[in-house]
Amino acid sequence: MDVLDLARFQYAATTIFHFLFVPLSIGTIFIVAIMETLYVVKKKQIYLDMAKFWGKIFLLSFAIGVVTGILQEFQFGMNWSEYSRFVGDVFGAPLAIEALLAFFMESTFIGIWIFGREKLPKWVIAFSAWMVSIGTLLSAFWILAANSFMQHPVGIEIVDGKPVLTDFMALIKNGQLWVEFPHVVLGALATGGLLVGGISAYKLLKKQNIEFFRKSLNIAMIVSLISGIGIAFSGHSQAQYLMETQPMKMAASEALWEDSGDPASWAIIADMDTEEMKNNWSIEIPYLLSVLAYNDFEGSVEGMKTLQATYEKLYGEGVNYIPPVKTVFWSFRIMAGLGGLMVIAAMLALFFNKKNKLNSMPWLLKALIWMIPMPFIANTAGWIMTEIGRQPWTVMGLFTTAQSVSPNVTAGDLLFSNIVFCGSYLILGGIMVYMVIRVVKKDPYGQVDVEEDVDLLSKEAFGK
Amino acid sequence: MTLNEIWFILVSVLFIGFFFLEGFDFGVGMSTRLIARNSKEREQLINTIGPFWDANEVWLLTAGGAIFAAFPHWYATMFSGYYIPFVFFLLALIARGVGIEYSHHPINEKWKNIWHWLIFGGSVLAPFLLGVLFTSILRGMPIDENMTMWATFTDYVNVYSVVGGIAVVLLTLVHGLTFIGLRTDGPVHTRALSLLNKVYFGLFGGLVVFAVLTYFNTDLFTVRPIATPVFFVAIVLAALLGFIFANKGKEGWAFTMSGLTIVLTVAMLFVGLFPRVMISSIDPAFNLTITNAASGQYTLSLMTKIACTLLPFVLGYQIWSYYVFRKRIRHKDTVNYK
Repeated sequence: MDVLDLARFQYAATTIFHFLFVPLSIGTIFIVAIMETLYVVKKKQIYLDMAKFWGKIFLLSFAIGVVTGILQEFQFGMNWSEYSRFVGDVFGAPLAIEALLAFFMESTFIGIWIFGREKLPKWVIAFSAWMVSIGTLLSAFWILAANSFMQHPVGIEIVDGKPVLTDFMALIKNGQLWVEFPHVVLGALATGGLLVGGISAYKLLKKQNIEFFRKSLNIAMIVSLISGIGIAFSGHSQAQYLMETQPMKMAASEALWEDSGDPASWAIIADMDTEEMKNNWSIEIPYLLSVLAYNDFEGSVEGMKTLQATYEKLYGEGVNYIPPVKTVFWSFRIMAGLGGLMVIAAMLALFFNKKNKLNSMPWLLKALIWMIPMPFIANTAGWIMTEIGRQPWTVMGLFTTAQSVSPNVTAGDLLFSNIVFCGSYLILGGIMVYMVIRVVKKDPYGQVDVEEDVDLLSKEAFGK
Repeated sequence: MTLNEIWFILVSVLFIGFFFLEGFDFGVGMSTRLIARNSKEREQLINTIGPFWDANEVWLLTAGGAIFAAFPHWYATMFSGYYIPFVFFLLALIARGVGIEYSHHPINEKWKNIWHWLIFGGSVLAPFLLGVLFTSILRGMPIDENMTMWATFTDYVNVYSVVGGIAVVLLTLVHGLTFIGLRTDGPVHTRALSLLNKVYFGLFGGLVVFAVLTYFNTDLFTVRPIATPVFFVAIVLAALLGFIFANKGKEGWAFTMSGLTIVLTVAMLFVGLFPRVMISSIDPAFNLTITNAASGQYTLSLMTKIACTLLPFVLGYQIWSYYVFRKRIRHKDTVNYK
């Protein structure tokens, strides 16, 4: 692998790993803040116990989110120095605002929320939990503002071949941001919701602390259901926005080599031949692509071959503007499919929990446990589609990935950092999952809280 | 004053704030293996920074973000040029951050011990590498006409930068021990003060060596013939006062002075650097300055307005959090993390 591949691998590994913990943290602290609020309003001890129990899982996730977030901020300069020079005038601003507005808020109020319980009135604690939650949402907003610029650069003028910021409001009003932000944040809330729901289902299956986990499940599933529906709508508007701003990504996600017919049909699955630039076979639903692209039963969509010709005229010849089609095509389907599954699961769980029938439906509880990893996979697939689908660009239409990489970082440096960072991620991820399982297996009231001596490296820990 | 100058000052202030605040966090982290005799005492020490350390570290993230926004070429040159040191620095911060949070929920004593070692290791390595970074920047690094830095091992690891690294470790350790003096009682309190006296002597020696090496390795005394000596004298004076106050039991004043020592040191480095941000050892014409490394005026003026609006709030709630947790962490206290 050359320098560019290694740098891309490290970026992908860091970002994917970081973004396992980000949505989990955003989602769980939102749910915890709801519980803290219920405790203040209803004054029932059970809501405090719930906030403390789920708060522990939030903290385990947040710690890893923070330390890998530092890496995220520094790696633009470390691995992508030419990118940083190119976009610095625009891209640094949202990052600095994120630190100033969001990171300080999260980190200060998290301290108050954890350590202030015995010193401060309970409404201040609930307020602090909300401040942490709002901090995480603001953080998402600003980093997505930066990402949206990469997808659809706005608010700039090109001076001496470089983008110079001329209109900050355009950066904030970027249409891409307003379809991407709700989609990502709602995805995060659903991630937290399905984790809390799945763990509650596990406990209900074991018939432990029924009231505690029924209430938790209820809150979590309301959050997941509302988010799930919002994810679908915002995803749909994002696809339509893509039609205008990144038609190549859209065409790749549909494996559309030639221009579609009118009305356009949508391929559920396809066997793609990227060499011959055609599909060997595909299963298609008529009209659906027209509906996805235009909210209409007619209209054709341009294929990759046509777009390649258009891009060659716009950006110059000799470059393959078609992203890795298979990756984009399948990651889109994995994301959308799992998204649909999440909505169904949340709906069923909410309905039968209301009727108090969950306990007689072990299959549904088991299904909810199986849903825990699904939002993580969906989030990752979504980002893979977004970022791979933008290739070969880092900033759409302005700067390519190959131009972005640091010239002074050697393959040896990168190999070393890849091994060290990826190794750390594996260890941290393993420990985090183990710690969460350990928290889950304990009684939330801590009555069976004996200091058991479990060795992480023992056979029991890795056995069944 | 131009916007570029304002942003140089702002970045300096962010670094000063970071070293002042995270300085004692580092010192407390180091002291867990120096003055605590068991895991309970180590926890008592870690709890002194429990509610604060995370927000203190954000000062560094904000400084990084500010450099990216205001001086993108500085950001690009420094982070790519110091690639390997930054890999280690990030590992140190990962170890420390995860160590502090996860030691609250340990699996057993053995794991608690591992987390505590990670806190210690990270707390030593991080300030050391920052010392290496800043001193080698002042010494000059091989930066070419395209602002690209081609550093080899000896460019960032040499006698001067290693002494600089040790100096920063000692400064933060003094600051941390003084902070422990202010925030604890019981046996660790006594041991912190007795270790503090020894470390102060190390620091005095270190500062003298550092001053001499600075004279030979950098142009700090040439470009700032008055300011640099004045700073050095003030640094030693502040350290001396810190030492005296600590021994008289005036812990508030001792902490003010140990903090002042750090503030003056970082300020001296930035004053000497100005108006450069990265010094080229190849040719002064290749230096990165607040002019050629900066963003456009629109971005700078925008960021100035945003920073001036947000900073008062940030400072407000950070100060409030210190006020909430102003009581000493007692020997017998146990914090309920649940």
